[in-house]
Amino acid sequence: MVPAMSVIKTEHLTKKYKQLVAVDDISLEIEEGECFGLLGPNGAGKTTLIKMITAVSPPTAGEMWIQGKSLKHFARQAKAVLGVVPQMDNLDPDLSVLQNLLTFARYFDIPRDEASRRSREVLKLFELEGKQNSQIRELSGGMKRRLLLARGLLNHPRILVLDEPTIGLDPQAKYLVWHKLAELKSQGVTEFLCTQNMEEATTLCDRVAIMHQGKILSLDKPQELIYRYVGREVIEVEVSPEERGRAIAELQSRQLDFEDAVSRIYVFHVDGDKLVQGIASSPDKLKRRPATLEDVFFRLTGRSLIE
Amino acid sequence: MKLFSWRFIRVWQRDRDVFLKLWHSEAPGFVAEPIIILLAMGTGLGAYVGLVDGQKYIEFIVPGIIASYAMFSASFECTYGSFVRMEFQRTFDAIIATPLNVEDVIAGEIFWGATRSFMTGTAILIVASAFGLVHSLWALIIPPLAFLEGLMFASIAMLITSFAPSIYSFNYYFTLVVTPMFFFSGVFFPLSSFPEIVQTMSWVVPLTPVVHLTRALVSGQFSLPLLLALTLIIVLTVAFFLTSLTTMKRRLTA
Ligand SMILES: Nc1ncnc2c1ncn2[C@@H]1O[C@H](COP(=O)(O)OP(=O)(O)OP(=O)(O)O)[C@@H](O)[C@H]1O
Ligand SMILES: [Mg+2]
Repeated sequence: MVPAMSVIKTEHLTKKYKQLVAVDDISLEIEEGECFGLLGPNGAGKTTLIKMITAVSPPTAGEMWIQGKSLKHFARQAKAVLGVVPQMDNLDPDLSVLQNLLTFARYFDIPRDEASRRSREVLKLFELEGKQNSQIRELSGGMKRRLLLARGLLNHPRILVLDEPTIGLDPQAKYLVWHKLAELKSQGVTEFLCTQNMEEATTLCDRVAIMHQGKILSLDKPQELIYRYVGREVIEVEVSPEERGRAIAELQSRQLDFEDAVSRIYVFHVDGDKLVQGIASSPDKLKRRPATLEDVFFRLTGRSLIE
Repeated sequence: MKLFSWRFIRVWQRDRDVFLKLWHSEAPGFVAEPIIILLAMGTGLGAYVGLVDGQKYIEFIVPGIIASYAMFSASFECTYGSFVRMEFQRTFDAIIATPLNVEDVIAGEIFWGATRSFMTGTAILIVASAFGLVHSLWALIIPPLAFLEGLMFASIAMLITSFAPSIYSFNYYFTLVVTPMFFFSGVFFPLSSFPEIVQTMSWVVPLTPVVHLTRALVSGQFSLPLLLALTLIIVLTVAFFLTSLTTMKRRLTA
């Protein structure tokens, strides 16, 4: 049963909340040293999946291993090597910034002197040295996020599990975090990154899974996903309501792969302009651009809001 | 069912650190109130009350005040206090993502609640001794007894917390359970002055054995079935402690 050297492995992992199946039979293997991205719309089950692999919430069915050890029996050992950055702020508002880190380090049995050294180190890393004596309520939203990231690194984790780590960060802070995540990866740290930021996933992740309604719809290298589902480039055609019917009929007759988003039509898997000539009423209503992971995301999970 | 590990001490340390940082904002109330009650009731009401054996009324109520306020300390800490940490601050969620598990967190909270009882009980004891109201060296056992009592009431409180849908739910617990205990456990009047039925009921209320034990330790007179009282406290503590671990686990890992 125990797998070769997947750092994180799940088999038929399922989580039900009453009638709702939040995570539905997911089997995954994350390799050592890889950055694995998890994308999915709100409510897809990403956070629920993360809570299970970080041993915070037990699965309804299925099994998990961290570094080859079953989470059922070795939860403490697993949690000792995990660095977790949660989606929701759970910093300790009764304690100052520095005390938050020192107290957290104590949960990992890091001796006092070492804890103090590491705390200062991570504060510096996320440019929070000036705030070490502040209370949590005195921090801005982005500073809290950075402190959560800093806290997640205190135990020098071999596996980092990040639930939307850069949400609410300004561009400077976001790049700082990306840079740090890339650096940690180069040191052999495995990263499990859940994000809504497509650029982040494309930049950082070796492989990306797209999750929807508790299931993984597709999983591959970001470029592979893009080539497979949308091709190298996408053509966006702006259409007025009157033109729409004709344009769609035309695209269908040419057997093109397209998606109708009402005021705009996206055409995929096109090489060269010839195929789409004459679809738009004028050339300036037609825009070509490189395909992105966001196109894949929309293709797989749809354009409407999911409740 | 899993038990807790020594790691619970990390949670206890966290609560202690917060207390040491913020104690001046709440702790004096926990000592001032019982002293005021003691003096007001003891001197005011005491002028009208004659006890059979000629004991001063204020001396009669000292042990009950110690036991009651020790009860209040643990009860507040592990209802309102724990609920705020669990639901509003998500402190428990943060801790269970580290090598600690739910059982460690709950045990740490309960031991911290007991520590609050210990501190309150000891503080009142010191003040009462300073007023010359304590006559026996046996009273030195009161602080550890207050700790044990704290474990019991913290465990009961934690059980309530594990079911509480909102923070206002605790108002029921305090008005319907804790406050009546304060009046019907022999704190202010000897149990013998109550009707038979109240006397019997009083013995199944967890505060009663603590009041009897504390009274014996303050006076140095051991007459009642005190071993039974101690056994009762221990049995209730173990039962509520284990139950609250289970129900809290269910709530936190849903
Ligand atoms: N504790 C809970 N009790 C009941 N249902 C829950 C609970 N937590 C999550 N859910 C439900 O499970 C589903 C998945 O939620 P989850 O938080 O995992 O989504 P997510 O992919 O992280 O979404 P987001 O991008 O908004 O963070 C949702 O339908 C949510 O309502
Ligand atoms: Mg989420």
